[in-house]
Amino acid sequence: MIVSFIHRAVMQGIPLLFGATGEIVTEKSGNLNLGIPGVMYVGGISGVIGAFMYENSLPDKSMANPFLAIMIPLLCSLLGSLIMGLIYSFLTTTLRANQNVTGLAITTFGVGLGNFFGGSLIKIVGADVPSITLSTTSKFFSAHLPIADNLGWFGEIFLSYGFLAYLAVIIAIVTSLFLKKTRTGLNLRAVGENPATADAAGVNVTRYKYFATCIGSMIAGLGGLYYVMDYVSGVWSNDGFGDRGWLAIALVIFTVWKPNFAIIGSILFGGLYIVHNYLNQFFPFIPVDMSTQELIKMAPYLVTVLVLIINSMRNKRENQPPEALGLSYFREDR
Amino acid sequence: MTTTKAINKEASSREKPFHIVKRTDMPTWKSWLIRILSVLASLVVCAIIIVAVTGDNPLEVYGTMIKGAVGSARRVWVLLQEVALLLCVSLAVTPAFKMRFWNIGAEGQVLMGGLGATAVMLLLGHKLPAPVVLVLVIVVSILCGAIWGVIPAVFKAFWNTNETLFTLMMNYIAIQIVSYFTYVWSSNKGNNVINTINVDNHAGWLNLPESVDRYGYLLNIIIVAVLTVLMYFYLNRSKQGYEIAVVGESINTARYAGINVKKVIIRTMLISGALCGVAGMLLVSGTDHTITPNTAAGRGFTAIMVSWLAKFNPLFMVLTSLLLVFMERGAIEISTVFGLNTSFSEIIAGIIIFFIIGSEFFINYSIKRTRAKEVETK
Repeated sequence: MIVSFIHRAVMQGIPLLFGATGEIVTEKSGNLNLGIPGVMYVGGISGVIGAFMYENSLPDKSMANPFLAIMIPLLCSLLGSLIMGLIYSFLTTTLRANQNVTGLAITTFGVGLGNFFGGSLIKIVGADVPSITLSTTSKFFSAHLPIADNLGWFGEIFLSYGFLAYLAVIIAIVTSLFLKKTRTGLNLRAVGENPATADAAGVNVTRYKYFATCIGSMIAGLGGLYYVMDYVSGVWSNDGFGDRGWLAIALVIFTVWKPNFAIIGSILFGGLYIVHNYLNQFFPFIPVDMSTQELIKMAPYLVTVLVLIINSMRNKRENQPPEALGLSYFREDR
Repeated sequence: MTTTKAINKEASSREKPFHIVKRTDMPTWKSWLIRILSVLASLVVCAIIIVAVTGDNPLEVYGTMIKGAVGSARRVWVLLQEVALLLCVSLAVTPAFKMRFWNIGAEGQVLMGGLGATAVMLLLGHKLPAPVVLVLVIVVSILCGAIWGVIPAVFKAFWNTNETLFTLMMNYIAIQIVSYFTYVWSSNKGNNVINTINVDNHAGWLNLPESVDRYGYLLNIIIVAVLTVLMYFYLNRSKQGYEIAVVGESINTARYAGINVKKVIIRTMLISGALCGVAGMLLVSGTDHTITPNTAAGRGFTAIMVSWLAKFNPLFMVLTSLLLVFMERGAIEISTVFGLNTSFSEIIAGIIIFFIIGSEFFINYSIKRTRAKEVETK
């Protein structure tokens, strides 16, 4: 049972990990992209549209080519979230619009876009239930190594996930190394801390902000893709993604802007997100009713607030948000 | 010699043909002209999307939209009511924004205010006389909203805790608390629905009698109208409003001028949270007479855009909230008439906001051609 709990916690955590890693990259450039929830919706629905078109182009579902079945939704998802990232970068970096307002508009727009196209596809299919099922393509996304089934608890905890889950961990580690060890990573952090200084040192602030935001959006969008194609096995239902996007932003604070911490943090948050389903099984002697479950769901946000408060009180420099987070940079303002 | 030439060449090739200059001299009429043009441009883009999706004549679709928003007396009332509610939340966040305190927690503050009103109506509705209940509803909901708003402010004032992230998290804590109470107070055990509260004696209901006000929205609208005027004078004519503006411009200037910045931050967020509490009260005891975790319905976030688009001016906010609500009501009508789903309105709203946000650039900055001479001398 505890094994299945960890398994579910990891599955829940992966979309958050993608979202948080993407948002960390973005925030390191000084852009506080509150549009991440919208971007993740768009990443999900673009993948669904790609998968839907691919499945419908097949004369027979059994003819599906694994390579195409994965690449088409994957590329669609990346493209969708890239466009969202570009809109955000254009408005905030080139047109110097307020980041909070732009981000929230992106979220409204992205969630609307997701639910609109989701709703339209549901209509095209004419299904009785308000959801679309793409089990053929989803099968390839959630495929795991066959040996995992023979290895007992070890297999279930470590080897039983679709490839996107491992990709999430790899991206988080690579991002962490990139930020800490490379010249470009250092420049990126400089842009987020003090763009004027970075600019004076010859770093192209605009380019860094654009690239960080767009790449960050693409990573976050994969979280949406993982959720639809793997976690819920290809069933898109409107608003199904819920508030995971905001939870990803919470995770960024919780892990004090460190992608490698986010790996553990995402599993912890994933666990907190679903622990209410397991409490009755873990502690049969404590009565847990529906109302208490709602209070337990508060835990990730509460923990995040505590981390935020403690970090600001301790005032340690390496645990602070990027100095210029949320501010537009205008060279002539100096 | 050759090296200097190379450097010169590199320098001049880096010089862009135009550069951007901040401007402060644009007359008000011109800046509003740009904003109106940007809304028109966004409507053209929306029209293109509407044609692509529905294949119908866009003018006809906009006609449907107008009909959906103001087509009947009832619809006009609903429109005004929605504008009032959104405007109330927008008024609430404005003083904080003017101080550059990014209160994106209005959603939670509204919910807590609503929860306070719900609690009084449910628990005391049949125990105390109705006028007392109503007074308690008002006091408790304002108090709940204010407390929820002041918590991040205290931490901001004393430890400089990032308020954007703090207030954002407080939203979801509030949603879960409300969700908890919808189970605890549910009308039928097990489901999480609270039926309309005090249907029999209307205790704690904030409505005029039906003979005066058929749809029950009039009192909400009047309250928000009064609040709008008060907020305008508070921000533009009072000492406290001036202090807010100074803190927003520069905290250091404020300190040198002898303003107690901590006090201003906490006081302003008390006002901001309290007004959110009022909005929650208008939603619960003035409109729905019940609460769900979705009672605020994203107004806390939309309000941020309303306030910002109006340049934090309460009177202009009437217009911007009207625009957004109008588009939303209209888009809902389009989606029912043309068989699209209601999320269509969010797409339309998103596009319009993108255009207005973008247009601010052309109001604040001007693009100038770099003169050839300047390049040479450099």
